Amino acid sequence: MIRVAWLVAAKDLRIEARSRVLLWQVLPFGVIALLLSGLALGPTQAGHSSAAPGLFYLVTLFVTLLMINRSQALENAPGTRASVATLGLDPAGVFLGKTLALTLELWVSGLVLLAGSVLVLHTALAGTVSALPSVLVTLATLAAAGTLYGALTQGGDGPATLLPVLTLPAFAPLLIAGERSFSAALHGGALWEWWVIVVVALVAYAAVGILLYGVLEDS
Amino acid sequence: MRSDPVVVRLVDAVVVVQGFPLLSGVDLEMERGTLHVLTGANGAGKTSLLRLLGGLEGLSSGAGEVAGVDLVAGDRRLLRRRVGWLGHEGSFYEDLSVRENLVFAARALERPVSEVAPALDRVGLSHRIDTRTKLLSAGQRRRLGLAWLLVRRPELWLLDEPYASLDDAGRQFFDELLADVLAAGATVVLSAHDPLRSSALSARNRHMVGGRVVS
Repeated sequence: MIRVAWLVAAKDLRIEARSRVLLWQVLPFGVIALLLSGLALGPTQAGHSSAAPGLFYLVTLFVTLLMINRSQALENAPGTRASVATLGLDPAGVFLGKTLALTLELWVSGLVLLAGSVLVLHTALAGTVSALPSVLVTLATLAAAGTLYGALTQGGDGPATLLPVLTLPAFAPLLIAGERSFSAALHGGALWEWWVIVVVALVAYAAVGILLYGVLEDS
Repeated sequence: MRSDPVVVRLVDAVVVVQGFPLLSGVDLEMERGTLHVLTGANGAGKTSLLRLLGGLEGLSSGAGEVAGVDLVAGDRRLLRRRVGWLGHEGSFYEDLSVRENLVFAARALERPVSEVAPALDRVGLSHRIDTRTKLLSAGQRRRLGLAWLLVRRPELWLLDEPYASLDDAGRQFFDELLADVLAAGATVVLSAHDPLRSSALSARNRHMVGGRVVS
């Protein structure tokens, strides 16, 4: 399982490095969305700072949905699906590999968007840095959940456009917990209880993915 | 490779997908080291039969065994590892190079990466080894698909319209390759609109109509 996970993650990251979809399409979109959010709030610096965690995770949601679709589309090019299926890869390894690659891609996006938050939304640098661990864990959890739901909506007759609708109930608690945690890091407050929600969700999605990804692939 | 002389055995095999019957009662037996050509009009069930043999579709009713795996109770993932699939659309990750695609296949199946270069030599693609797959012509993609199968060395080759996109030289090369594969003991099933023209290959033609093998 681990061998397959590394193989799939390396393959996905190599494809991303070649195609540069994250660099030239997703990240510019995310930065522009963050910038427009800041403009929509007006010139009051204090207002920007208090709204920053929510705006950060709103933009992160858009970026995540784009990256999930991209990650799954790699496997669904005409002919690729059948050929790769006949490699008989361990589905648990495929799930972990795709989750790992997506996590790393979201981490890159997260770092860029956090920098954007400091520059555009005027979040305090120290608070933003202290929010970094919770942001990274939340993004990893979004990647695990997204990989699972992405497989559900790709291939066959499952239109990828269903992804936002299907993931909303799964993502909402994660986004709320992430936002609360980010706010606590910026303005003070309970930090760890929000972490617990995200970490438990990460373990749960990883377990479900390892067990069920093969069923989703076959269906 | 297993010793059972019969690689494919289907009895009244029916495949229904979303209420639509793709195969409606196929009886078939194929022996090791033989070449079978599935012919028939569009929609006759050629690709569906190949997909069933490759473990890419499940059996809705009937019975069957492919490459030693029971189609009803067996592990389809194990079956998939024993077959090689070449679809007419291509088989690869478009943004990876020729070499990277083949190395991925080799590592996935725990085969030595050193087999990649000889496979590319065999199909005449060594000069494109670092070319991104999306930049290959249709005929070159077909050759890459064959190299992918050479690296994999499956016991059952499933080729969906393999002659499409091949020029005369490509067809001749492909026939020679098939002869080598058959001589090595693999079984080949390919789909085509017409019976095989090659005089160098001895093939058993199976004509399909309406999801059945009629002759």
